[in-house]
Amino acid sequence: MGDTIVVTSGKGGVGKTTTTANLGTALAFAGFRVVLVDTDIGLRNLDVVMGLENRIVYDIVDVTSGNCRLKQALIKDKRFDSLYLLPAAQTKDKTAVSPDEMRYLCEDLQEEFDYVLIDCPAGIEQGFYNAIAGANKAIVVTTPEVSAVRDADRIIGLLESAELRNPKLIINRIRPRMVKHGDMMDIEDIVDILAIDLIGVIPEDEKIIVSTNKGEPAVMDVLSPAGEAYRRISKRIRGEEVPLMNLDVSNSIMDKLRRLVGMN
Amino acid sequence: MWEFIFRVLGRDNSSSRKHAKERLRLVLVHDRASISPYLMNRLKEDLIQVISNYMIIEEEEMELHLNQNDREVVLVANIPIKQIRRDYMERTQISL
Repeated sequence: MGDTIVVTSGKGGVGKTTTTANLGTALAFAGFRVVLVDTDIGLRNLDVVMGLENRIVYDIVDVTSGNCRLKQALIKDKRFDSLYLLPAAQTKDKTAVSPDEMRYLCEDLQEEFDYVLIDCPAGIEQGFYNAIAGANKAIVVTTPEVSAVRDADRIIGLLESAELRNPKLIINRIRPRMVKHGDMMDIEDIVDILAIDLIGVIPEDEKIIVSTNKGEPAVMDVLSPAGEAYRRISKRIRGEEVPLMNLDVSNSIMDKLRRLVGMN
Repeated sequence: MWEFIFRVLGRDNSSSRKHAKERLRLVLVHDRASISPYLMNRLKEDLIQVISNYMIIEEEEMELHLNQNDREVVLVANIPIKQIRRDYMERTQISL
C-alpha cells in the first residue's frame, strides 16, 4: 500500500502546486505509480501546471458524490504512463467534499498507486482539513520570508494536533546571493525557528516560470536548478540519502573587494 | 563614512536577515503562546495546586497573563499571598 503525502503551506503562492507537480513527475520518472490530487476546489491549478487542463471530464467532486467512478476521473499524464491527475472541481466550493469522503478516496487510491500526492489549498479552513484527512505524511512548503515562515509554523501546529507527525520542510525560492549578503534568511535560520526536518531547498529559478507557461514540470529540464532540487527531494522521499544542493554563489566583485580590504 | 562603506560592502550589522529572524522569533513566541483561555485556566489551576503546598493564596485575586515587550514575551503571574504555611518545612521533611 502506498504513501499519501499532503503538500501544504498555510500561505498562498509559496509553491505548493509547483512542488506537487514536480515531485509527482520525478517519482513517476523513477518508475513509481503516482497520482496527484488537487484539493483546491474552486481554484484549481494543478491541471494547468501539468499541462492537462484540456483533458478534464470529471473531477474530485464527481467522484465523491458518485457521479462517476474513480477511474473515469483520473487523467493520464502526457509524458508518463504511471502518472495520473485527479483534478479539483472548479465550480463548487470547498464544502463540496468532506474529510471522511477524502479519507475513503485516499484509501482507494493507495491501493492502486505507490504515491498519492495531495495539493492542499492555502488557508486553514475546511479545504485544509479535507486535504490532510487522508494523508499519512506531510510536506510543508515555505519561502524565506517572515510571513511565509510564520504561516508554516501555524500549519505545523495544526498538523501535529491532527496527528500528522513529523512533517518535512521544503524551503522554496531561496536566493543564495541575497542570503550571502545578509538580506535573506538562510536555511539554518528557518530550520532553527520551525524545528522540523528539512527535506529540501529549492533555489529561485526563472525556468519555473517558463515551465509553468508550457505546462511541463521543471524537473524534466536537466538545466533547471529548481528541477535538480526537486529530483533530489524525490529521492529523499523514496528513502535515499542525498546531499543538499550546493547553493554557493560564485565569487562576485564585491567578495573580491571585501577580501582586498581584509573583511572576510 | 565607515557606515557607508560597510553598507556598500554588504557588511552592515543591521542586516535585514537578522531583522527578519528576530521579528519572526518574536511573532512566533506570541503566536505559539496565544494559548486558549482553557489552557490558561489549566495552567492557573496547576499553579494554584503547587503553590498551595507552600502558602495560602487568594485564588480569586490571582492574575495570569502574557506580556510582550520589544525583546521577549513573559508570563506574568500576580498571586496575592494570604499566609505562609507554617507546616511546610515539616511536610517537606516527611516527604523526604
